[in-house]
Amino acid sequence: MLLLAAALLMQPATEPPVDWDKEFGVEERVRDPATGELPVDPYVQSNANAGATPFTGSAMATAFGGQDGIRRIANRTVELSQADPRLAAIFQAHDMVRLKRTLFEQFCYILNAGCDYSGRDMASSHKDMGVRMRDMNALVENLQAAMREEKVGFAAQNRFLSKLAPMSRDVITR
Amino acid sequence: MDQSLFRSLAPVSLALFCISTPAAAQEASLVDGGKLLLTNGVTTIEGTSGGGVATWSTIAGRETDRGIGLSGHVTLIELPDYGWQSHGVAVGIANRIELSYARQNFDTRDVGTALGLGRGYTLNQDVFAAKLRLAGDVVYGDPLLPQISLGVEHKRNRDAPVARAVGAAHGSGTDVTLSATKLFLSHSVLVNATARLTKANQAGLLGFGSAGDDQHQVQFEGSVAYQLSRRAVIGAEYRTKPDNLAIAREDDWWDLFAAYALTDNLTVTAAYVDLGSIATFDNQRGGFLSAQIAF
Repeated sequence: MLLLAAALLMQPATEPPVDWDKEFGVEERVRDPATGELPVDPYVQSNANAGATPFTGSAMATAFGGQDGIRRIANRTVELSQADPRLAAIFQAHDMVRLKRTLFEQFCYILNAGCDYSGRDMASSHKDMGVRMRDMNALVENLQAAMREEKVGFAAQNRFLSKLAPMSRDVITR
Repeated sequence: MDQSLFRSLAPVSLALFCISTPAAAQEASLVDGGKLLLTNGVTTIEGTSGGGVATWSTIAGRETDRGIGLSGHVTLIELPDYGWQSHGVAVGIANRIELSYARQNFDTRDVGTALGLGRGYTLNQDVFAAKLRLAGDVVYGDPLLPQISLGVEHKRNRDAPVARAVGAAHGSGTDVTLSATKLFLSHSVLVNATARLTKANQAGLLGFGSAGDDQHQVQFEGSVAYQLSRRAVIGAEYRTKPDNLAIAREDDWWDLFAAYALTDNLTVTAAYVDLGSIATFDNQRGGFLSAQIAF
């Protein structure tokens, strides 16, 4: 160890440090100063990407506390999942700022609370994540916890989950 | 840092590196316990997973498609003239295959005296069962495609001479079940329908078939349950039964049940059961209590 440290110290400091990102062609991703989100590859935006037909009427939006309640539920679901040892590794590599926004939009759109969904569809947004059934179940538990904290009635929670459950076909990939 | 300290720390740093690698961090143990609460059902009187009296297409244990689940149960039924006690274990493999064993002990109490068996004579039966999930999922996927499972229950009555004495043709028999179960989330309602091919008299406790009727018959088991919360379910079940024995009428069974997951691993089920007439003693209605532990 001592010899190694000495050898490192004796290296001539003449060469400029190598920019390894440049050497390997890694593009630096800069967060948008306005939204705080990282850029994504272009895709066609459509409410159809939300993966479910929205509820009609305002009962569900009301049960979820309107846009404010839905935003707290979406944010809380993401935060619980980031802190969840079962899921942290999947969430680690993704842009949480963008996820919180698109998840809110998706929930808000499906609950008919007056939003459009601008995110990608479920198949392409979960491609290469390697989500398994146990991960999906853990996410459902976190969403249930977030809905409980917002005092959403259980029947309304399940009605909402009935829109999300069929998405398992696109989300669970292994 | 001296050499020996470095050597002793090297495995630690290697281990830390492994833990910090995402792929390694998310690998759960084989007994993953990741199934959604209550979607493993509760244990039936035959040791299979279901609603208590009716077998469902659910797979025992709390495993998901990548793990192994385990469960054990004890069930007591208190009837006017009889006492039932059963217990058993089940293994769920990858939420695909369920293997179970249950031992049933049916205390005839004073009826034993009347039948000449002796007071408190207990009829015993072993049930070895296997269930295979063929398609679908109770919760996920197409909302109209139920989870469908095929099951086999091999029952070995340990009191075959008694069964033959009351007119049964056999002391052991095999039931085949085909079940479809779905939780309709939009209404918080779970529905199960099961077709059972069976010869069993009183589930096999009075043997199988009779001299006059020794064919497998199709019987029906239906359950409807309402999910009150993540942990609580109430429901009703109906189960039709053959009526093979000449000496005693056999009635269909029904029950009203409530199941509660006290913890993620411990579920208790209480029910009011109507088992009709058993060995000429009518109106066998009483209480059912079951505890299930599952991982």
